[in-house]
Amino acid sequence: MRPDIVRVLQPIVIIAVSLVVVWLLLGGTQQFMNFLTLGAIYALIALGYTMVYGIIELINFAHGDLFMFGAFVAMWILTVPLGMTGAVDNPLQLTVILVVVMLPTMIVMGLLGTFIERFAYRPLRHAPRLAPLITAIGVSFILQNVIYSVFGPSPVNVPQVFPLTRFEFLGGRVSFLSLFMVAIAVFLMVLLQLFVGRTRLGRAMRSTAQDREAAELMGVDINQTIAITFFIAAALAGAGGTIQGLYFGSVQFNLGFFVGLKAFTAAVLGGIGNTTGAALGGFVIAFIEVFATQLGYSRWSEVAVFTVLILVLVFRPSGILGQQLGERA
Amino acid sequence: MSEAAAPVTTVAPMVAPHGEVLLKLTDVHTYYGHIHALQGISIDVRAGEIVTLIGANGAGKTTTLKTVSGLLHPRTGRVTFEGRDISKTPAHTLVRQGIGHAPEGRRVFSRLTVLENLQMGAFTRSQAEMKEDLEHVYDLFPRLKERVSQGGGSLSGGEQQMLAIGRALMARPRVLLLDEPSLGLSPILVQQIFSIIQEINARGTTILLVEQNALQALTIAHRGYVLQTGSVVLSGSASEMRENEMVRKAYLGEI
Repeated sequence: MRPDIVRVLQPIVIIAVSLVVVWLLLGGTQQFMNFLTLGAIYALIALGYTMVYGIIELINFAHGDLFMFGAFVAMWILTVPLGMTGAVDNPLQLTVILVVVMLPTMIVMGLLGTFIERFAYRPLRHAPRLAPLITAIGVSFILQNVIYSVFGPSPVNVPQVFPLTRFEFLGGRVSFLSLFMVAIAVFLMVLLQLFVGRTRLGRAMRSTAQDREAAELMGVDINQTIAITFFIAAALAGAGGTIQGLYFGSVQFNLGFFVGLKAFTAAVLGGIGNTTGAALGGFVIAFIEVFATQLGYSRWSEVAVFTVLILVLVFRPSGILGQQLGERA
Repeated sequence: MSEAAAPVTTVAPMVAPHGEVLLKLTDVHTYYGHIHALQGISIDVRAGEIVTLIGANGAGKTTTLKTVSGLLHPRTGRVTFEGRDISKTPAHTLVRQGIGHAPEGRRVFSRLTVLENLQMGAFTRSQAEMKEDLEHVYDLFPRLKERVSQGGGSLSGGEQQMLAIGRALMARPRVLLLDEPSLGLSPILVQQIFSIIQEINARGTTILLVEQNALQALTIAHRGYVLQTGSVVLSGSASEMRENEMVRKAYLGEI
């Protein structure tokens, strides 16, 4: 059927055209890859903000620190059990190492996320909304201080397992590392979309987000659904943390604050509660940042990001893709 | 606030108890915080019946349904379903045990499609069972079949009500709780909804119906209870309740 083809092709064309425009604006491949990697990290974190907000209307201010925590877990797995020190040249071996780092990091972070929900947020579910918000800030401090007391205040190096080989692409040099990272992030986002959009549990999550009591009457275990949401959100933050560590080469205990704030901006920009919006928002924020740097105003990049946030909140509070609230008939 | 108004008057012996008692509320007291909403309600629903609860706003009809489906729990008193005590059972497990609840205000998932709404109704069931039940629901509500891929929020009021009832049926409940299914519908649609409720009942589902539209409800029901400020003030067979002086004055609009 024709409308179906249009429906499938339209977003692909839009994405392709925007990517070309961004590539041109950023003056070529080098900055473009920076944009993609940064965008992937922001998008992965923003998804967590938006999912948690969607289901319990909580801005989880600890989410940026979950990302930081995930970066440390990945760093620890690389250095201690795997004992990595330098680059691994065998692609197969490299892939195995990445799986062995990323998968456990995501699982550990997922469990930590559900643990936090169970003991910090669930007891406050019927409390005034300010209470869980303040608790989230408290959890953020706890996570930072746990890492601080174990790994100390200074940046910790992450073993660079990726060889520095690059290849020429459209007049710029692309590292396998960034290509690989972007591919993983996109893969995870597609997986998430399919899970939320097509599966029984995904439907339960969307139903719970819209009308908790009605979902309960369908037989949905609300506590379980919220726990699963936190698991996924934190696991994605863990994936983002792994990418962050490998890409930038070091991690620090206060890393979560700024990255978290930007990812939160991305979630609001895309329309909080909307997963596609969060991914889009992540890449928009990354573009603004990289573009500001490209123009020579790298010191102003954060100002630009938060200016955009203010403009969105003033002129389109529901975000780029956000629905108007209160549409229940 | 305990001096409930009228004395309990049973009109006449019940007429249509088809089977054994399926659902039984015994001296149920339910609270919202400090508000004593149900003040000792006792209700029986027998297998195969349509039983209606009528009464003014705030009489406790919706609270009664919520107490049965597990959204609320009685502070004292017992709710039993097929002989098991379900007073403390959470709502999501009661669906599996056979209690379906189409809540007040329809509560369809507006950002899910019609099909997804129905799939949510079948959340507790297997894929194969769902296929069969979908046909059954489309059979009752052909309109839903025409709108499968439309968003729940884009339906008209009547269609949303059909979706709400169809969604509850997807769990294949043995007892279906319907809260104000005729609210906000045009007179023709009201007729249609009521005849569909009768049809659902004829296919073997027991129904506990809450209605403002007392006359319509008493026309299709076998038995009824009148609620007033959280207590049952009158009960009996539907036909006799229609004849009852007090019911006619208070709820059927006679002067």
